[in-house]
Amino acid sequence: MAKVPVQFTLNGSENAEFIESGTTLLNALRDKIGDTSPKGGCHQGTCGACSVIIDGELKLSCLTLAETCNGADIKTTAGLAEGGVLHPLQRAFLDAFATQCGFCTPGMIMAAKVLLDRTPNPSREDVVDALSGNICRCTGYEPIIQAVLVAARANSRTAA
Amino acid sequence: MELRKDYFADVRKDGLNEIGQPRPRLDSPGHVTGKTAYFADRNFPGMLHLKMVRSPHHHARIRSIDTSEAEKHPGVVRVLTAKDVPHNIYTILILIQVGPEDETVLADGKVRWKGEAVVAVLAETERAAQEAAAKVKVDYEVLPAVFDMEEALKPGAPLVNEYHGQNYYLYDSGECRKVRFGDVEAGFAQADHILEQSYQSSPIEHAPTETTGCVVAPEGNDRFTCYTNTQAMFFTLDNASIILQMPGSKLHFVGGTVGGGFGGKVDVIVEPIAILGAKLTGRPVSFVYSREEEMQISSPRAAEKVVIKDGVMKDGRIVARKVTGYTDAGAYSRHSPYGAQKGAAHYPGPYTIPNVWIDTYCVYTNRTPSSAMRGFGVTIGDFALEVQMDKLARLIGMDPLEFRFINAYRDGDMKAHRQPTEGAALIECMQEASRAANWPVAEKYMAMSSYRKGA
Ligand code: FES
Ligand code: FES
Repeated sequence: MAKVPVQFTLNGSENAEFIESGTTLLNALRDKIGDTSPKGGCHQGTCGACSVIIDGELKLSCLTLAETCNGADIKTTAGLAEGGVLHPLQRAFLDAFATQCGFCTPGMIMAAKVLLDRTPNPSREDVVDALSGNICRCTGYEPIIQAVLVAARANSRTAA
Repeated sequence: MELRKDYFADVRKDGLNEIGQPRPRLDSPGHVTGKTAYFADRNFPGMLHLKMVRSPHHHARIRSIDTSEAEKHPGVVRVLTAKDVPHNIYTILILIQVGPEDETVLADGKVRWKGEAVVAVLAETERAAQEAAAKVKVDYEVLPAVFDMEEALKPGAPLVNEYHGQNYYLYDSGECRKVRFGDVEAGFAQADHILEQSYQSSPIEHAPTETTGCVVAPEGNDRFTCYTNTQAMFFTLDNASIILQMPGSKLHFVGGTVGGGFGGKVDVIVEPIAILGAKLTGRPVSFVYSREEEMQISSPRAAEKVVIKDGVMKDGRIVARKVTGYTDAGAYSRHSPYGAQKGAAHYPGPYTIPNVWIDTYCVYTNRTPSSAMRGFGVTIGDFALEVQMDKLARLIGMDPLEFRFINAYRDGDMKAHRQPTEGAALIECMQEASRAANWPVAEKYMAMSSYRKGA
């Protein structure tokens, strides 16, 4: 099958790959580049475990073709901690007991990050709405919502 | 909520100091940074992908299998059928002598449920494996199927599983697990009221966010490393060793990180065939359920039917309880004979009843094999029992919580399956529940204790 060159930035680093046409971004990130933080829970756009941020937008990487990402700026949960210091969202998920099996966690954190980038002081409803595309089968929704609210407060304190 | 440490003071020396304290989870740092390594995060150069050809019928004889077109499909490396599996017939609990072996790794001559694995295709890409699987031709002779437990138990019902010879699991006690305690008919004769009700549940899928699967890598020394999300490492290793007729020392299992299990990942389903694929091709193999397979193929919680007949006195005492439980194993045993047996021990509930009669059947039907899920064998039973308790309380015009105090088991009471009650703490839990839920009960119940004086 024909391979196409794809070049994008992943968590600040340049990447260039030859990818089989039709490969999803999820598979390209995981199998080609080795960033396994986005998870494949359904490969059909229903669980949110594969969520990543592309040019500031929340995207399902299982429904995004890698070849459409030329020149894009892609962020995943693997690149969130800076210099070994956890991002406030990661800290809050840790402290609020918002992970159980952890499989939904990277996707949840991506969805929450896009929310906080746009709405630094979200209401509970905003959080529920922002996470509505992400399934947690371990049913830890309440601690997850609390974690996002805590992270938002921590953010606004640092900003103040 | 009050923590009654005193109740367990004589049985626990540790002071229960951790209870109520926040403690960080050891695996959370990996989860929040995306560093936790699930089995599918292992990727090996040259890894093959395994896809199953599955039965489209609930019950059918296999007349012939033609894999020639699939083998020619670009990217296909190997196609496996029943004859490639060294010991193709197995049952998980054979490790604890619960037989007979009744399930095939790849169907041999017959399929017994819709979705049963028939042929395994190994190819360079997932897509090639999928396309080639669609080219396997299986000629089926469709057989009558049975989906209802009571139908399956009737004489003349289609026989689901020849390895059992009848549509129920044969326990050493006969066609069902039996508990006999006191004289249940005498109890009914003495009762002021009798209430018989039937409760039914459907199969329930665990739906973990991470689907079932494994990645197998052949090592240089003729060993195989299997990265898996099984919840039952050693069950899986030992069963794989039997199925592959390979000493356990050749198998290295790496796991413990499970993206949600809930009991759905205790069956030995993906590992043996993936290891076999790796052995026969000399290449790493990945076998991961699609979301559709997870929902349709992986074992659900068994459908159950529970018929409860109780004899109760006007003063609130239950004097007789007769329960008939049915567990729908589907086409194969997996963990269901054990689940049905657990039900037999459980059905009196946490109550002391002088006359008890219990029969629990593990029934075979042409449905998806069921297996473990969170308290399997007792969870549906508890739903039935507690709904029944509420109905009984209503029948005699008694507060449902006070009714439970009257019947609660207490330390020293003999249970129907002849285990003496120890550390019951049920009275204490209900007292605390009464306070927490603001559901007051009469003072005499608040003064009760699970300890019987002089017991
Ligand atoms: S894997 Fe993309 S939404 Fe489920
Ligand atoms: S923590 Fe398991 S799916 Fe969310």
